[in-house]
Amino acid sequence: MSETAEYAETASPGEGDAAPAASGRRKASPTSSWRSRLYRWDIKASPYVFVAPFFLFFGAFGLFPLLYTGWASMHRLSLTNLDGSTWIGLENYTNLLRSDYFWNALGNTFTIGVISTVPQLAVALGIAHLLNYKLRGSTLWRVAMLAPYATSVASASLVFTLLFAWDGGMVNWIIGSVGIDPVNWRESSWGSQFAVSSIVIWRWTGYNALIYLAAMQAVPHDLYESAALDGASRWQQFRHVTIPMLRPTILFTVVVSTIGATQLFGEPLLFGGTAGSKGGADHQFQTLGLYLYDQGWINGHLGRASAVAWLMLAILLLIAAVNLLIARRLRKDR
Amino acid sequence: MHTSSRRPGRLVAIAAVTALAGSLLAGCSSDDDTSSEGGDGKVTLNVGTFGVLGLKQAGLYAEYEKSHPNIKIKENVIERNDAYYPKLLTQLQSGAGVNDVAAIEVSNITEVVQTQGAKFEDLGKAEGVDKSTYLDWKWKQATTEDGKTVGLGVDIGPTALCYRKDLFKKAGLPTDREELAKEWAGDWDKYVALGEKYMDKAPDGTKFVDSASSVYNAVFAGAKERYYDKSGKEIYEDSQGRKDAWDAAMKVADGDMSSKLKQFDPTWDQGFANAKFATVACPAWMAGYIQEKTGPEGKGQWDMAKAPTDGNWGGTFLGVPSAGKHKKEATELAVWLTQPEQLAKVFAKQASFPSTPSAYDTLKPSPATKAYFNDAPITEIFADIAKNTPSAVYGLKDAQIGQSITDIGVLQVEQQGKSPAQGWEAAQKEIKDVLGQ
Repeated sequence: MSETAEYAETASPGEGDAAPAASGRRKASPTSSWRSRLYRWDIKASPYVFVAPFFLFFGAFGLFPLLYTGWASMHRLSLTNLDGSTWIGLENYTNLLRSDYFWNALGNTFTIGVISTVPQLAVALGIAHLLNYKLRGSTLWRVAMLAPYATSVASASLVFTLLFAWDGGMVNWIIGSVGIDPVNWRESSWGSQFAVSSIVIWRWTGYNALIYLAAMQAVPHDLYESAALDGASRWQQFRHVTIPMLRPTILFTVVVSTIGATQLFGEPLLFGGTAGSKGGADHQFQTLGLYLYDQGWINGHLGRASAVAWLMLAILLLIAAVNLLIARRLRKDR
Repeated sequence: MHTSSRRPGRLVAIAAVTALAGSLLAGCSSDDDTSSEGGDGKVTLNVGTFGVLGLKQAGLYAEYEKSHPNIKIKENVIERNDAYYPKLLTQLQSGAGVNDVAAIEVSNITEVVQTQGAKFEDLGKAEGVDKSTYLDWKWKQATTEDGKTVGLGVDIGPTALCYRKDLFKKAGLPTDREELAKEWAGDWDKYVALGEKYMDKAPDGTKFVDSASSVYNAVFAGAKERYYDKSGKEIYEDSQGRKDAWDAAMKVADGDMSSKLKQFDPTWDQGFANAKFATVACPAWMAGYIQEKTGPEGKGQWDMAKAPTDGNWGGTFLGVPSAGKHKKEATELAVWLTQPEQLAKVFAKQASFPSTPSAYDTLKPSPATKAYFNDAPITEIFADIAKNTPSAVYGLKDAQIGQSITDIGVLQVEQQGKSPAQGWEAAQKEIKDVLGQ
């Protein structure tokens, strides 16, 4: 049914006059011109009204903070006095680029990101492959996979902090039973990064495994059948059928995990215990997120913290660009 | 016919979306209204605190609610001050979500007085406040140059030394509190020397002290010169008080006399429970902590002696932010809570030491607390220390400077095996970053 016909029917019920001529209708009903205007307005405006909530929320909680942070990053702005800011141009940025702590945090974010993301995705792929077999109680296994993801960062981190305690922690007790000297997990550089990564791995592996599993179940079964007919082993099927079919999914999880790793905050903060925002006595596991928090909320330099936020945004955009290039390359390969 | 039902349907949808958006937006603000104005017309006062202030534990809120039937009190606790304080600042800046009564830690008080003074009610002029009941220096700390008092003193932290009698005995050291206090009186080096003796015959798996930072804080508590001079200039590099504290902490770290625990971490709590260390610096507010974390097994094992020097570590004020919705009621509550009689009740329950000397003659710790510390004369020890504490000059960033020294400098030496020189260099670098230099 066309829009005009729909209008005619509803605008003048009971009159029996379906002619859409404007002049005739005005005489027939004084309200109809108002109605028609309302209707036209409705047609034009309602789509905007429907999408408005998103834009309102995005404006209030996305765009405005983004721009305000940009403005703040160009000012000397203190947590103790938000009304008194002085314009200093790019000084916050140049100070950051000169600061050892910033580069240290950037490096830590990268290394922790790598040692948590790579094993995480590899293990997730393996788990997904196992879950893809016909298993007894498969739903139970899948739910179990998701359980770590459902626990809060806080509780997971606190438990891991106790496990990795220097004195009396379970990890040191276990490695001690095979004759290895206890490691000060929090204060050694690689030890602390390993410990923080293990929290991330524990929480996110199951989540990624389920994403892979969903993608694997979409792989047409006849591909496996023909591969099997050609004499491919399980492992060969995995390598030559599953992995290529999962490529876009893998790319997706890599991007999501990379973004998550760049923003890593809660795990190292809580792992650090008291004064956690420093990321250890030598800042050995201070990530960019922690550095931002430390600058802004512990030291009160909101301007500099804003500059860190914008640099983090720049890094994420860079990662997105690299990802785009890779994705395009993959598409060409097909 | 289905066409005519479509339009109302669409309108309903628009209305629903608008209403949803409206209620979501309103959700942020309506929350405050309902929580501060209970359905029964009662006024709810939010009290923001960190750690264990003891007001609630001593039953003061319940008592106040009973005598003021229209008031309900809600305490919002954040475990640690370094998380609580930024939140307080944010609330003061935005004027939204402020607590009606807010606790302020002594190491932040100068910054609050100097930068946030305008955002607090003047409690010095509030009804029922008698300046003379408070310790003079405590009063001055919370008063601006033009005489506005932004916070009333709750507790102070006269610092003694708590020690485990059983471990001292096993290590062949004296266990009598008078004898010990005499042995190390006046000089922290003597305390460290006793630590060396302890380590010679230390019971298995125990150390002399919980952490080198604890020693740093205890020595620094008695410093006449702190991180700032009277004019507000930073002098942390050359301050004698800072140097003494640093040296003592370094001796402890060098001599491997500490359990290398970080104070207020979960593992530190376990250290108490498992009797891993023999001494801990003991400001009054720590006494409640020790009882709670060591548990019933520690009863009668812990004892308390005067430290080599008298000092003050920590303490709290209560302020009333001007952005609060019920300033009048909140002021009345803050004044009532900090009266000597009320603070005496907190001491009885929690051993937090009042900042009102007029209460000192009548102070009594609860029998349980006294028994826990082997019947040590807790009141006399703390009152004596409080009277002899040198008046200290606090500065803008005391809290952050102290944290940089203990959590970066001392910890690098104690746990990462760096040299004291390297540790101090790292602390200095951190402080420069804190100060934005």
